[in-house]
Amino acid sequence: MIGDIDPLIINLTIFVLAIFVGYHVVWNVTPALHTPLMSVTNAISSIIIVGAMLAAGPAETDWGVWLGAVAVTLAAVNVFGGFLVSQRMLEMFKKKDKKGSA
Amino acid sequence: MSANMVALAYLVASVFFILALKGLSSPESARRGNVFGMLGMLIAVATTMTLTDNWMLIIGCIAIGAVIGTIIAKRVQMTAMPELVAFMHSLVGLAAVFIAIAAVNNPVSFGLPAVLPAGSKLELFLGTFIGAMTWSGSVIAFLKLSGRMSGTPIIFTGQHMFNLLLAILMIGFGLWFFFSETTNWTAFIAMTAIAFLLGFLIIIPIGGADMPVVISMLNSYSGWAAAGIGFSLGNPMLIIAGSLVGSSGAILSYIMCKAMNRPFLSVILGGFGSDGGTAAVDDGTQKTYRSGSAEDAAFLMGNADSVIIIPGYGLAVARAQHAVKELAEMLHEKGVNVRFAIHPVAGRMPGHMNVLLAEAEIPYEQVLEMEEINSDFSNTDVVLVLGANDVVNPAANVPGSPIYGMPILEAHKARTVMVVKRSMGVGYAGLDNDLFYMDKTMMIFGDAKKVVENMVKAI
Repeated sequence: MIGDIDPLIINLTIFVLAIFVGYHVVWNVTPALHTPLMSVTNAISSIIIVGAMLAAGPAETDWGVWLGAVAVTLAAVNVFGGFLVSQRMLEMFKKKDKKGSA
Repeated sequence: MSANMVALAYLVASVFFILALKGLSSPESARRGNVFGMLGMLIAVATTMTLTDNWMLIIGCIAIGAVIGTIIAKRVQMTAMPELVAFMHSLVGLAAVFIAIAAVNNPVSFGLPAVLPAGSKLELFLGTFIGAMTWSGSVIAFLKLSGRMSGTPIIFTGQHMFNLLLAILMIGFGLWFFFSETTNWTAFIAMTAIAFLLGFLIIIPIGGADMPVVISMLNSYSGWAAAGIGFSLGNPMLIIAGSLVGSSGAILSYIMCKAMNRPFLSVILGGFGSDGGTAAVDDGTQKTYRSGSAEDAAFLMGNADSVIIIPGYGLAVARAQHAVKELAEMLHEKGVNVRFAIHPVAGRMPGHMNVLLAEAEIPYEQVLEMEEINSDFSNTDVVLVLGANDVVNPAANVPGSPIYGMPILEAHKARTVMVVKRSMGVGYAGLDNDLFYMDKTMMIFGDAKKVVENMVKAI
């Protein structure tokens, strides 16, 4: 039966279910971490690099490949920038050792 | 790698992304969550690598991006997080547009038929225009947030009509592209160009304090752009990750609008106060206020039992977070119960203040959200408002006021209120703030950082 289904419908199914997962997970994020949430989701949105790699992938190079290569670079800035800055930010939310201020 | 293996690897990566977001439900698990996110990305990239031929080119490009991204992440100031996030959204948008152009140019290399079927065209159209609007909108947001462009709304007559007209024109070109038998570059390029223009035009009328909504919205767009490209390429990885980001951004936009008690549409249409409600009614009477020095304030706080500090955008501008930490610590040593109250829209992005306070190593147990702390103001000795205005304006309780109904921090209920501000100027909403004229209020004029440093010296 699954073979008869238009891939578009399967993709649509994935899309709708993923939105529901996102919706429920994100409501549980504590407001104090909303900025890290933005930077983590921003880093995740750099998944666009997958599409960029496919664009840069074909062996016969034409200008589309070069465009893909630029897109890979842009997305890579985002992958590294996004995850590393999130990590830096989240380090700050570490529980402080009880020093003199306690 | 077989298509099935690729799909399975993408599934694993998707689970990691979900775990990354789940980790953010508490500060303890958040760092582990971020590591999950990195793992997910690593799996996705490594898997995709097996589908490409130009390894050297791609690895080279990733290396360049990695160096730039790492430098940015290491160097950026925490006060500059809003503009950094805006900048990175713009990259996703632009990458989406490039991918779409490449797909239109050579569909076969993406596993699509040489002559694009109608469905793929529609998906490419969606991915391109969302991507283009994400890029140009984020660029404007970046310029505004980093102060390279004025934060005041840019409004001209017929703006909404003009935007609407452009949107219709864009859809028209989209349809032309959609119904053309062969690849219609003219329609595609015209459509993309208009989408770029629309992105600019939609963000320019939105003012500084509405930026938390804008930046969340662009966050959401960047996700939808990725999902749109995912549909075009039939790639479930892009669809799943894109939808997660898209829904996250949409929820944040909703939370921000709720915290300002403004409908999403009114924020997006821009120009606060231009929609009828006349702000800042001056009834002619000269209201009097009491001003004091940092030393007076320090004395009062030093003798109080409880102090609540309300930080706002002014704190970020003055980069006063470390001085504030010192102040809080000194008061703490004197036995004063010091806490921080955060309004959801304080600053320029969701959670902006929390990050600044965390950077200054203020324990997050002392940092409370509006609902957690609002009932405590009435038995608090001193409230110190640092560069916040509209979020403590009691006018929000007065029917007919432009900000009526907006949830506020109830600073006016405390025994003594101290407001650190540059001048008596009005806040973003253009409203006078009655809190400043109350008998128990003391105004301290000056740069937030200098004032707080003086307080520290005086204690």
